[in-house]
Amino acid sequence: MPNDVCACKTSYPRLATAGIDGWLVQFNDSLDDAANRAALAFAAAARKEKWPSVSEIASTLTSVYVRFDPLLMTHDDLRSRLAYLLDTKDWLTVDLPLGRKRFCIPCVWGGERAPQFEDAAKAAGMMPDVARAALSQTVVRVQTLGFSPGQPYLGQLSQEWNLPRQRDLTPRVPPGALVLAIRQFVLFGISAPTGWLHVGQTAVRLFDPTRDEPFLLRPGDEVVFPSVCQQTLEELQSDPTGGVTCEAVS
Amino acid sequence: MTRAIRALTEIPGASVQDLGRSGYLGMGVARGGAMDRLAIHEGAALLGQSSDHAALEFSGAGGRFQVLGGAVHVAITGAQMSVTLNGVALPHATTGRAEQGTVIEISGARAGVYGYLHVDGGFATPAVLGARATHQASGMGQQAKMGQVLPLGPAHEREPGLTLDPAPRLSGGLVRLVRSYQTDHFSVQQRERLVHTDFIRAAQGNRMGVRLEGGRFAAEGALQVLSDIIVPGDVQMTGDGAPFILLADCQTTGGYPRIGTVLPCDIPIVAQAGPGTALRLQWVSLADGVIAESKAAQHIADLPAKVHTRLRAPQDIQDLLSYQLISGAITGWDEEERSR
Repeated sequence: MPNDVCACKTSYPRLATAGIDGWLVQFNDSLDDAANRAALAFAAAARKEKWPSVSEIASTLTSVYVRFDPLLMTHDDLRSRLAYLLDTKDWLTVDLPLGRKRFCIPCVWGGERAPQFEDAAKAAGMMPDVARAALSQTVVRVQTLGFSPGQPYLGQLSQEWNLPRQRDLTPRVPPGALVLAIRQFVLFGISAPTGWLHVGQTAVRLFDPTRDEPFLLRPGDEVVFPSVCQQTLEELQSDPTGGVTCEAVS
Repeated sequence: MTRAIRALTEIPGASVQDLGRSGYLGMGVARGGAMDRLAIHEGAALLGQSSDHAALEFSGAGGRFQVLGGAVHVAITGAQMSVTLNGVALPHATTGRAEQGTVIEISGARAGVYGYLHVDGGFATPAVLGARATHQASGMGQQAKMGQVLPLGPAHEREPGLTLDPAPRLSGGLVRLVRSYQTDHFSVQQRERLVHTDFIRAAQGNRMGVRLEGGRFAAEGALQVLSDIIVPGDVQMTGDGAPFILLADCQTTGGYPRIGTVLPCDIPIVAQAGPGTALRLQWVSLADGVIAESKAAQHIADLPAKVHTRLRAPQDIQDLLSYQLISGAITGWDEEERSR
C-alpha cells in the first residue's frame, strides 16, 4: 500500500487526491453552512484561474473537485496552485459568488401528493399547519447539484429538521418531489427511490436539454417553496415553467 | 436521403455513446460515455477518423440493422460479437463495406460485455451538452429501439479489410487502483485484504457499476459519510460490504465510503468482465499510476499506425472455415446466448 500520496491531515481545509486525475479541496467532513459557502466561493475563484489541463471544477456540499490531466500537469504543480489559492483568504468567511438568483417554486405541502409531510412535522414536534408555515417561508440555498442533472441539495434547515433518513426506502417518488432529512431538502429531477421523507410536491423541471438554459438552478442560488393547493399544482403541471419565478439576489 | 442505420430488432441496452461530456459534473451530470473507452479509440483508428465520432454500444445483446441512404464502412470493437453483412462474416476489429440495403446482423457477446458498432462519419444523433453519449435516466442521447433510424455523419471512404489487434481486456485479471480521498476511512488491514482477495464479477451490474463477490469490507465508523464527489473507477462499499466498482454512468456524488479508485486505463477490464469473471485488485502509487496512464495514452496515439491489412495467414483461413461451418451458425451463437 503506497503511502506517497496526500499525507492526510485531519485539519481543514484539506487537499487530497480523487483518483489519478483529480484533487479534492475539503472544507469540512460534516455538513456545515460555512464550509458550503467556502466551497461555492472557492470553486468560483478556481474557475477564474483558468488553469491549464483542468477539465472540470465542481463544488459539492463542503468541497471542491478539480479534474485535470496528470500527463500535462503534475500532481504537485496543481496541488501548489490550489494551496496558494487557499492561502489567499479565509474561505469560511468569504462572500458568496455574484450572479446568484432566488427562485420561488410553488409546492404542495402534505396531502396525497406529499404523503410523508405529517410524519415529518410530527417528528419535528410541530402541528402540520405550523410546519407548513415554517417550511414554506424558509429560504434555502442550493448547496450542491448532484445525483441527477440539475438536482439540488438545499439547506440548511433549522435544528428541529435534523430528521434521520428512513431505513426503508420509498420505492419511487415522482419528478418534482421535495424530500427532507438531516436538515436538508432534495428536490428530485427524476423519478427515483429515496430514504428521505416526501414532504412536498412541485411541478418544477430542473433539467431540460431542449431549453436554451438546460439547468434551472446553479449552486449558490436561493430557493423558497411557497405553499399552494393541490388544484393549483395540477394546473402548474401543464405549464412548462411549473409556475417557477425568479429574481436576482446578487 | 442521408445515410442512416435502422434497427430491425429490439436491442436491449444498445445506445449511442462517445467519450462523454466534460464540465457538467458540478451540475449533477456525470461524464458518461462509452463503458470501454479504448474501444472507441480502436474503432476510430480502424475507420481513419477522430475519436470524437459516436458509436453504437451493445450491452451483451446484439441485433439486426439495415443500411439506408448509401454505403457505410463499419467495424466492430470491444466485446467479441459475430457480425455478418448480408450473411457474410466480418471478422472482429476489421473494416467492412456495407452497401445501401445491407442487413447487418450482430450476435450476442461471446467474450466481454460491451461491443461497439462504428461507422464512417459516426452516428450523428443530436448532441446534448456537447456530446452524443446516452444517459437514459436523464433523457439524453438515443437508444436503439426497434425501428429506430440512427442518422450518420458525412461519409468518407475507407478500405475494407483493415484490422488491428485489440489490447486484451475481455477476460478479467489484474486491475490497478490508487488511493483516493476516503482511503483512510479503511484500516490498513482492510486495504491489504482488498488486494489479496480473489473477486468474481457478480451478476449485478450495469452502466453505473458492477458488484464484486469474494469479500466484504467496511469503513471505520459510520456506514454513511458526508456525500461527496464520485469519479468513475471508485471502489465503493455499499450497505452489505460488497465492493462496487463505479463506471461511466455512476452518480456524481454519494455517501457510501470508497476505498480507492481504479485507473482509467484499467476500467475497460472491469467493464468488459462478464458475470463470473475473475478480477484482482492491486494498489499502485500515484507516480506508477501516472506512468500507466501515460503508456495507455501512447498506445491510443499509436493505434492509427497499427492498423494493417488483414492477411490471409493460415490461422485466418481456419477462422474463415469455422465461420463457414457454423454459417447458419450466426443463429447458433444466439442459441448459445439463450442457453446461458
